[in-house]
Amino acid sequence: MNKIILTQRGAPYEMAAEDRAEIEHSLHHYDDPRAASIDALKVIQRRHGWVPNNAIREIALILQIPDSDVEGVATFYNRIYRSPVGRHVITVCDSIGCFLTGFEEVYAALQQRLGIKPGQTTSDNRFTLIPTCCLGACDRGPVLMINDDTYFNLTVDQLDALLEKYA
Amino acid sequence: MSSNVTRPAFSCSEVNRGLTNIGPETHPLTWRYSTHGQSILDIKTYEAMEGYAALRKALTEMKPADVQAEIKASGLRGRGGAGFPTGVKWSLIPMGPDAGAKYMVCNADEMEPGTFKDRMLMETNPHQLVESMIVSAYAIQAKRAYIFLRGEYIEAAERLNAAIQEAHAAGYLGENILGSGWGVDLMVHTGAGRYICGEETALINSLEGRRANPRSKPPFPQIAGLWGRPTIVNNVETVSNVPAILLRGADWFKGLSQGLSGDAGTKLYGVSGRVKHPGLWELPIGITCRELLYNHAGGMREGLEMVTWLPGGASTDFLMPEHLDLAMDYDTIMKNGSRLGTGLIMVVDNRHNIVSVVRNLEQFFARESCGWCTPCRDGLPWTVKLLQSIEAGQGQAGDLETLDQMTRFLGPGKTFCALAPGAMEPLQSALKFFRPEFEKGIAAADSQQSGNSFR
Repeated sequence: MNKIILTQRGAPYEMAAEDRAEIEHSLHHYDDPRAASIDALKVIQRRHGWVPNNAIREIALILQIPDSDVEGVATFYNRIYRSPVGRHVITVCDSIGCFLTGFEEVYAALQQRLGIKPGQTTSDNRFTLIPTCCLGACDRGPVLMINDDTYFNLTVDQLDALLEKYA
Repeated sequence: MSSNVTRPAFSCSEVNRGLTNIGPETHPLTWRYSTHGQSILDIKTYEAMEGYAALRKALTEMKPADVQAEIKASGLRGRGGAGFPTGVKWSLIPMGPDAGAKYMVCNADEMEPGTFKDRMLMETNPHQLVESMIVSAYAIQAKRAYIFLRGEYIEAAERLNAAIQEAHAAGYLGENILGSGWGVDLMVHTGAGRYICGEETALINSLEGRRANPRSKPPFPQIAGLWGRPTIVNNVETVSNVPAILLRGADWFKGLSQGLSGDAGTKLYGVSGRVKHPGLWELPIGITCRELLYNHAGGMREGLEMVTWLPGGASTDFLMPEHLDLAMDYDTIMKNGSRLGTGLIMVVDNRHNIVSVVRNLEQFFARESCGWCTPCRDGLPWTVKLLQSIEAGQGQAGDLETLDQMTRFLGPGKTFCALAPGAMEPLQSALKFFRPEFEKGIAAADSQQSGNSFR
């Protein structure tokens, strides 16, 4: 697993103006600013691929809640990353639907091709591999996502061509 | 993180394969998609197919109490897994001029392993859910409504947001809808992935921007839900039935089950596993698993035999081939030791090791436990370890008895929510039906010792 990279204590986070505007806009969707915490974390993650430490405080300041609450949310949800990830994140469904249709073979082949275990990032920083829960396509398993793209009915011989699409 | 590739071609589940005579009278949830032959993404197409007619009827001819009464009379039960009567849930909401802020929430956090019906409904017909949410919000007089959508459903999010924009432009959302003086706002909230968000009080915590730990009940969300205000949380398939019930009436809806069941309406049934034609079918509630599996899904793939099946998700008890002729409704499946759950069956074939199947199921639950309650947080990883050692043929004497105890220690009433009891359902039924398979994994050398550490 990647270690959390600690930034210099107190180093300010320069939030991009458009990110700040987007977070402030999402406050209008809710009756309490706290509710925008997941939206805010997603905005930051879209920029960096993950949520850096010092961004937590900046989000907390906008939402007017403690840093620890933002961190609590950031570390709870599967699709918010508090460690750096590669340029592309592969999430492989390992739940029962894909188990019954043979995801394990595809998963093992993927690890072998990438040369990493689940939770790791390739040394060229191209791919991070993470298992995920049922992706809601059990009729078309095995299923995986690369970033926001979902792929169905996977077989081992499709993997090379699939990975080639993501530079 | 931006992807430099074009999005893969959109692909949807096979729906209603082999069914004929599909229409609004028989298939309230899927007739538009099946007769149109493709997803209904623009409002004009939807309007041309009875779209927003139920909303018009409700706002011009019915009081909120009339809508509630019609839904109660229809016998509609929650399609998310628990089967609670929708009209009863709605009737617990405080009404009247002093009721204050209320919220209508759609649970679109579809994550029960084996379940892929809400994805299809939202991807193929986003306006249907938008209309359903507006009408349901009207029935409880909510001023704000949310669709809590799981973050992985990218197409569904895009399509729902586009539909909401169109509905706004057409005057079906916002202030003073269709001149009624009543208005509501509808928003899509995308989650960040955790199974527990599907539990309605955890969903509310998540929507409030907190960790998705379930809340103690009572108070129930109908009294104190989102931001402490009265809130209704309904599953996608549940609310999607509402417009058709208002247009055609409660008696019509009851008749949809064709006497196969005491339950009303149709149900989106699905089949996955190594069958010939996995997919989804909208069928009268109460059809048998045999009909679903053999008439619609084509039976098992060549050379495979069905060993056991889960009737409605990972958190339902296994049923056996002798249960194939049971009516797939809430009460019948319950009486026979399992739950209808989401109604999408998963078939386990004879090439699978049942211990490995159960180990995979429990790994899912162990990883997805929110960690709030000790029996769940500690009991599930322990269960996985025991199953892994049994799977490897290294189980110790007493391990099966410990697993038996887990099914009690993690059973109903020991935890805030139903995650741990749900996790125990496949385990307890597997231990009941396949005990010899588990016993094979107990290492012979240890078989004389008593390893039961609890007594």
